[in-house]
Amino acid sequence: MTEHDITLTVNGTEHDLSVEPRTLLAHTLRDELGYTGTNVGCESTLCGACTVHMDGDAVKACTVLSVQADGAELQTVEGLRESGTFHPIQEGFQKEHGLQCGYCTPGMMLAATDLLEENADPNEAEIREAIEGNLCRCTGYQNIVNAVEYAGAKMRGDDSGPGTETAAADGGVPTTDYEVVKIDEAAKMENDI
Amino acid sequence: MYPPEFEYERADSVEHALELMAEHEGEEVELLAGGHSLLPTLKSGLATPDVLIDIGHIDAMTGIESNGEGFSIGALTRYADIDGSADVWEGATAFADAAHHIGDVQVRNRGTVGGNIAHADPASDLGGALLASGGTVIAQGPDGEREIPGDDFFMGMYATALEPEELLTRIELPKMGKNDVGAYAKKASPSSGYPIVGVAAVLETNGEEIESARVGANNIMDHGVRLTPTEDTLAGEPLEAEAMEAAAEVATDELDDVMMMEDLQASAEFRAQLTRVYTKRALLGALDRIESAPPAAAD
Repeated sequence: MTEHDITLTVNGTEHDLSVEPRTLLAHTLRDELGYTGTNVGCESTLCGACTVHMDGDAVKACTVLSVQADGAELQTVEGLRESGTFHPIQEGFQKEHGLQCGYCTPGMMLAATDLLEENADPNEAEIREAIEGNLCRCTGYQNIVNAVEYAGAKMRGDDSGPGTETAAADGGVPTTDYEVVKIDEAAKMENDI
Repeated sequence: MYPPEFEYERADSVEHALELMAEHEGEEVELLAGGHSLLPTLKSGLATPDVLIDIGHIDAMTGIESNGEGFSIGALTRYADIDGSADVWEGATAFADAAHHIGDVQVRNRGTVGGNIAHADPASDLGGALLASGGTVIAQGPDGEREIPGDDFFMGMYATALEPEELLTRIELPKMGKNDVGAYAKKASPSSGYPIVGVAAVLETNGEEIESARVGANNIMDHGVRLTPTEDTLAGEPLEAEAMEAAAEVATDELDDVMMMEDLQASAEFRAQLTRVYTKRALLGALDRIESAPPAAAD
């Protein structure tokens, strides 16, 4: 089958590659370019785990052919962190305990930043609508909503983040400053850390 | 989950797309726009085309143009662009409302108006809204352009009035008058987000009573349909909730029971009941928009 030459700019880095037309963008990002933060869940446009930004908009990378993305600017979860500093949404997920297994998290973060880049002060209904296309089977969503609120507050320079207040007010999981631990190659499970 | 292999062609212009369609005549060809109906069918093996012609990069087929009388909406215009257009919300409220209710944010960022309408999925949110809005479909073929009234466009499940050699290039929607309102109401499937029933309503009013109404529904028959008994009942009625409720009661009176959609999510009987309920909600939603309009609208 004929391959097609395409150019993808991922997190600011340009990549020239040849792909079969049937190759899904999620697979190109993961298998060809190594951006494995783009998780593949349902592969049916339902779960949102593979959400990336394409020319600034959140899209599900399992439902875009790589040839369709030729020339596009893409952002994956790897592109959120800049020069060693967490993006506010990453910090929000950490502070507000917005994840348990973590599988939906990259997609959730990219759906959330698509919202926050246009509206840094969303209400709860707007946040829930923005993540409607992303499924989480662990958290029950409330802490994710808190994490997005936290990130919004941080992005608009409001230090009294509503997320922190919410967690304290409703007796939810207390926020803690976790130490970031770098896991070495031998560590496979939590107990290895 | 890779789809089976296919040949891929990218069209640079409408003319190029028509040339490619002619070149591949006799082969199984699918047109690729946003791909949010096509890719799932490719992945599940429901469609196994020889050739995909990608029309998604044709600039001339995207964007919303507006004049005093109506909108010309390029086929490649995304749902998110419709939802984000204050002009379309104001001038074709039911259509914008329906686009807003499609899928989720990511789907609305990729799916296109033309792809949706040409695909003619009975469960599409835009089927009823196109009819309620009095829209027209514009198709380009080898012999030129053709206008197809929305009421004549949908022929059945995934079947339209488009000829195989024609390309849907844009749709046209008339602008509502200043006293007119519209709304869309849907009962969404909890798993897929597709409507089990969706109803779009447009009320033309003189500020005090309804002059005429257009009500379109999707996913109750094998294609979008007008609910004419409701439309007829509404004409001449006052802008009051009781009138809306009475008109919704007759929504399914003239529908052929045998042709009513029936699936795992809803029996035909339940779907008819939902149709009446969601017709009422669409009409009350439209009424709310009159009541929430600035006082100047009532002058």
